[in-house]
Amino acid sequence: MEIKILGPGCSRCEEVHKRTIDVLAELNIAADVEKVTDLRKIMEYKIFVTPGLIINSKVKCSGKIPSKSDIKKWIAEELK
Amino acid sequence: MKDRTRILIFIVVFVILYFVPLTGIRLQGALLEAFFMVQEYAREHVLFCLIPAFFIAGAIINFISKEAIIRYFGPKANRILAYGVASVSGSVLAVCSCTVLPIFAGIYSGGAGIGPAAAFLYAGPAINVLAIILTARILGIEIGIARAVGSIVFAVIIGLLMSALFKNKTAVTEVSPTVEPEIKQRSLFQNTIYFVVLVLILIFAAWARPKEAVSFYSLMFGIKWYLTFGLLLLLGIILFSWFKKDELSDWVTSTWFFAKQILPLLFFGVMIAGFLLGRPMVDSGIIPSNFISILVGSNSISANFFAAIFGAFMYFATLTEVPILQGLLGSGMSKGPALALLLAGPAVSLPSMLVMRSIMGTKRTAVYILLVVLMSTVVGWLYGLLFA
Repeated sequence: MEIKILGPGCSRCEEVHKRTIDVLAELNIAADVEKVTDLRKIMEYKIFVTPGLIINSKVKCSGKIPSKSDIKKWIAEELK
Repeated sequence: MKDRTRILIFIVVFVILYFVPLTGIRLQGALLEAFFMVQEYAREHVLFCLIPAFFIAGAIINFISKEAIIRYFGPKANRILAYGVASVSGSVLAVCSCTVLPIFAGIYSGGAGIGPAAAFLYAGPAINVLAIILTARILGIEIGIARAVGSIVFAVIIGLLMSALFKNKTAVTEVSPTVEPEIKQRSLFQNTIYFVVLVLILIFAAWARPKEAVSFYSLMFGIKWYLTFGLLLLLGIILFSWFKKDELSDWVTSTWFFAKQILPLLFFGVMIAGFLLGRPMVDSGIIPSNFISILVGSNSISANFFAAIFGAFMYFATLTEVPILQGLLGSGMSKGPALALLLAGPAVSLPSMLVMRSIMGTKRTAVYILLVVLMSTVVGWLYGLLFA
């Protein structure tokens, strides 16, 4: 599984990163987690508002800090 | 951090510590002044202005649908509407300084094009709620309004000029909101009430003691705590009956993130402003007051221009432009140049110039910066002419 967190590096983006790592640890799942801070790369995902959360190239959420249960749900979707 | 940079820092700090003339009266005064300034902020502004403002910012970022606004930035959006929305929407979209550049990039490359993008970039940092509240509170309502109105009007002008100068390359990709619409928890009416109550709490809690003994303002000052507590009670009822529990915890989390991100920088900004310039009306900053008043004390074109240039290249961390301006005004800076600096300052900085350049190229960035500097000079000068 490939997870990307889009954001120029403010504390809100950091929090999404932290929550994702936490959820992965709770579920005991291995995944490549990458922080994308280059704006041009962020634009490739066609989101306007950061932070964005991308799982397996799909935009799961943008513009807010998702709850851990949401992140769990999205990861489960991608595991199927 | 590399060890080499660390060693360099050690050497610089060592040299400073070795040679700093601690016995000098001016330096001692300036150091003390930094703490006086921080204390003034702690006493006057933190509890009843900054904290409510953070809660409002947290509410905005959580409960206002960004997708609804962003629709107006699409490539097929109405041009005129796009300019209008771009120059005003910064008040809610630009609350977090780190959202300005991504939204700018989005409008530029996947949306309504260079004009609205430039308008958003210029107005955003100046009219976000936190900036407006703090400017009005600390620098005075008059310059707060001038800042908001000036940046909205000139955002549109700069946007139009940019799109006239550069033919739009047609947007290649359409940026579409990918997130499914959320289930509405409250009606628009309920949301409006909620925001109005929040703003009123801020206004009444921050109500300053008026100078006149008997007036509408002094009457309001007398009952401000009753009003504030009444509104807090009302807010409690609203939160209890209209909001789900996890929405509330999201709200508190977002508020905390703003505080976490902004307060430390603001704290240092205030200290630096105090150290360099001293509190208003106290000439004991490290930079003598008459130096400031010679440089930008009059409302000449050159003073406005200098202030705009300085603002454009200087990097102001979110909101720190306010204490720095406060120090400058207190040291005799004229109101015109102050507005010029306020307009040009947060709109561009060296770091943001680099990002802009990577997105729209050197030429467009240079023209944008030039426009920002020229416009800010003109607005500052006009404002100084009309109101000073």
